[in-house]
Amino acid sequence: MRTITYRDALREAIAEEMRRNDRVYIMGEDIAGYGGTYAVTKGLFEEFGEKRVKDTPLAEEIIIGTAIGSAIGGLRPIAELMTMNFSLLASDLIINSAAKFRYMFGGQPSIPMVIRMPGGGGAQRGAQHSQMLESMFAHIPGLKLVMPATPYDAKGMLKSAIRDEDPILFVEHELLYSVKGEVPDEGEEYTVPLNRGIVRREGKDVTLVTFSRMMHICLQAAEELAKEGIEAEVIDLRSIRPIDLDLVLESLRKTNRVVVAEEGWKYYGTGQGIAALIYEHGFDWLDAPIGHVTGKDVPMPYSKSLEQLALPARNDVIAAVKAIVPQPAGAR
Amino acid sequence: MAIRNVTLAGLDREQLLHMHYQMVLIRRFEEKAAEEYTLGKIGGFLHLYIGQEASGVGALSALRPEDYVVSSYREHGHAILKGIDPKAVMAELFGKATGCSKGRGGSMHMYSAEHNLIGGQAIVGAQLAIGTGIGFASQYEGKQSVVSVMFGDGAADEGAFHEALNLASLWKLPVVYYCENNQYSMGMAVTKAWSVSSLEPRAAAYGMAYERVDGMDLLAVRETMLRAAERARKGEGPTLVESVTYRFRGHSMADPAYYRTRDEEARWRSSRDPIALFEAKLKENDIITDDDIAAANMRADEVVEECAQFAEESPVPEPDALYDDVLADGTGAIAWRNQPSTPRD
Ligand SMILES: Cc1ncc(C[n+]2csc(CCOP(=O)(O)OP(=O)(O)O)c2C)c(N)n1
Ligand SMILES: [Mg+2]
Repeated sequence: MRTITYRDALREAIAEEMRRNDRVYIMGEDIAGYGGTYAVTKGLFEEFGEKRVKDTPLAEEIIIGTAIGSAIGGLRPIAELMTMNFSLLASDLIINSAAKFRYMFGGQPSIPMVIRMPGGGGAQRGAQHSQMLESMFAHIPGLKLVMPATPYDAKGMLKSAIRDEDPILFVEHELLYSVKGEVPDEGEEYTVPLNRGIVRREGKDVTLVTFSRMMHICLQAAEELAKEGIEAEVIDLRSIRPIDLDLVLESLRKTNRVVVAEEGWKYYGTGQGIAALIYEHGFDWLDAPIGHVTGKDVPMPYSKSLEQLALPARNDVIAAVKAIVPQPAGAR
Repeated sequence: MAIRNVTLAGLDREQLLHMHYQMVLIRRFEEKAAEEYTLGKIGGFLHLYIGQEASGVGALSALRPEDYVVSSYREHGHAILKGIDPKAVMAELFGKATGCSKGRGGSMHMYSAEHNLIGGQAIVGAQLAIGTGIGFASQYEGKQSVVSVMFGDGAADEGAFHEALNLASLWKLPVVYYCENNQYSMGMAVTKAWSVSSLEPRAAAYGMAYERVDGMDLLAVRETMLRAAERARKGEGPTLVESVTYRFRGHSMADPAYYRTRDEEARWRSSRDPIALFEAKLKENDIITDDDIAAANMRADEVVEECAQFAEESPVPEPDALYDDVLADGTGAIAWRNQPSTPRD
C-alpha cells in the first residue's frame, strides 16, 4: 500500500485502462495542453499522444455526443466535463440518448462510456459553479452514477467504470482531489464494484447514510458524537444508482435510526430518494423519523460567510443525530 | 510641447483623455483586485481584463446608457464602464453587502438593473442566448435600446452561438455580438479550437454583417461598434464583431499559463499594449503630455485605493440574507425549511 491523492488515483486508473485496451480514449476541455483543470489528466498526453488524449473546443454537447457516437462505433470513451455544472449543456444527450438507447432499441446498442466530472461547492465559486447535481441524473433509468469518496475507491471504481458496458456518470468532488488515502501498489491490480456501499465506521446507535465529500464530514461528526457516548455507523454509498439498499437496511436493523447526509439540495433529491426507499422497505425497523442533512435550499452564495451557512457541516450532522437519538444518561 | 485642441475620430481632447483615463482605471482596478486576491480578501475565481482595456472602452463608449451589455465572468471592466460605481464592484469582489449583487454574486456575477449591465454569466455561451432575448424585448417594445453581447473566442464554439446568431439574423434583432478574441479560451489557443481562422465565414453562414477590428486600437474599436450599433438601431439586424486582442495574464488567478510562452506574452505586452498604443497616438497628435498621463494614473490609483478601503470597511451580508431573493414570493418553500417533524400529540 502507498498513500496517494484522489487526483493521482484517478490518473492511474485512466492510464492503466488505456494501456490495457487501446480502444479507451479520453477527451475534454483543456485535458491535454493545459494538463486538466484539476490536473487529473496531467502527463497522459505525453504517454498516449494526440490520438487518444483529445482536447476539444468549448462545446459540452458535442463532447458527450462524440462520446456516445464513438461508443456505438466500438470505442470506449472517457469524457471529462470540466465541472458538473456544465453537464447541463449536455444533459439532453445524456438523458435522451445515452440512457435510452439500449432499452429503446431493443437491447441492441451498448454505450460503454464514462463521463467524469467534479461537482460541489466550498471554494466560493458562486451559484453557477458550486452545484451538486447528481440527483438530476440519478433519477434516470438507464444510467449508472457513482461518487467515490476515497482514493482507493476512485481508482478501483474508475477502472470498473471504464470496463463496464453501460453509460456511467462518475462524479468527483472539487475538494476531494488533494485528499490522500491508501491505494495498493502500482501493478497490484484491483477494481471496486459499481453497486456496493461500504461501512466506514461501525456503530450501534444511528446509521449515517452518505457519499462523496460529505462522507468525510460524517466521519468527523461520528468521532465527536462518540465522545458523548453516541456510536454512529457510517455508510459510504459510493454508488448512487444502483444503490446498495441491502447494506443500508442491514445497518438499520441494528441501529433503528437513520440520518441521510448529502451536500446537494433537500427537495426531490438523492437523500429524499434514499429516505423514501428506507421508509418503503424498512419502516418497521425505524424508531424515529429519518433525519436529513443537506445544503440549504438556495443557490450557492459567493460571500464566504453566506457560503459557510449554505453548506452542510459537521455540526448539522451532530444536531440531526441528537434530534433522533436518545441522549445517554449524564450527557448534555 | 504645445497641446493642440484637435479632434480624433470626432472626439475632442476632453473626451479622448477621459477614455484614456477609463483604460488606466480598469487596469489599476484589476491590478488591485489581483493584489487583494493574493491577500485572501477575494475568493473563488478571479478573471482579469488586463490587456483588453481598449476592446472594452472602445466598444462601450459607442453605446448609450439605455443600451444593454450582457457579459461573461471577465466583466469587471464592462461593469465599471456601464456606470456601476467601482466601489460597488470591488465590494462585490470582497463578498460584501454593499456589492452590486449584494455579495451573493462575486467576481463572475456583477449586475446592475439601473445601468443595464446584465451580468456576469459564468456558464460560457449563456450571454449569447440571453442577449438575444433582450434584443427581442427591445424590438417587441419598439425601443431604441441595442444589446451588446460580450463573449470570448471560446464561447463561439458552444452550441448557443449557432442558435443565437441564426435566430437574431432571422428576426433582425438589435444585437451586436461582440467577440473579444483574446487568442485563448482557458488553455486552448483559438487556432487549435476553430476550424476557420476568423469568425467571418461563420457570420456569412447566418447572412449577418461582420466586422473584424484591432482590439488594441481604441478608436478603431469605437468606430466599428458605432457602425454596428447604428445598424441594430435602424432595424437592419445584428452584427458579429470580432475584436482581436490578448489577455496579458492567465485565464484566472489560478492559471500559470504553461500553454503559452513567456516570450509570446512579452511580445504582446511590449508592442501591443492598448494603453501605450493610445498614449503614443495622443502624443503624436499633441493631445496628451506626460504630466496628463501621470495625473490619470495618480487619479486611478486613488480611486482603486478608495474602492479597496470601501470594500474592506463594508459589512458582510447578514446571515438572514441567505434566504433573500430566491423567489419574488417564496412563502411556501420557506415555511418548511427548518421545521422538524410535527408530533402527533
Ligand atoms: C459551459 C462552460 N464550459 C466550460 C466552462 C469553464 N470555462 C470558464 S471560462 C472558460 C474559457 C472561455 O474562453 P473564452 O470564451 O475565450 O473567454 P475568455 O475567458 O478568454 O474571456 C472555460 C473553459 C464554463 N464556465 N462554462
Ligand atoms: Mg478567449
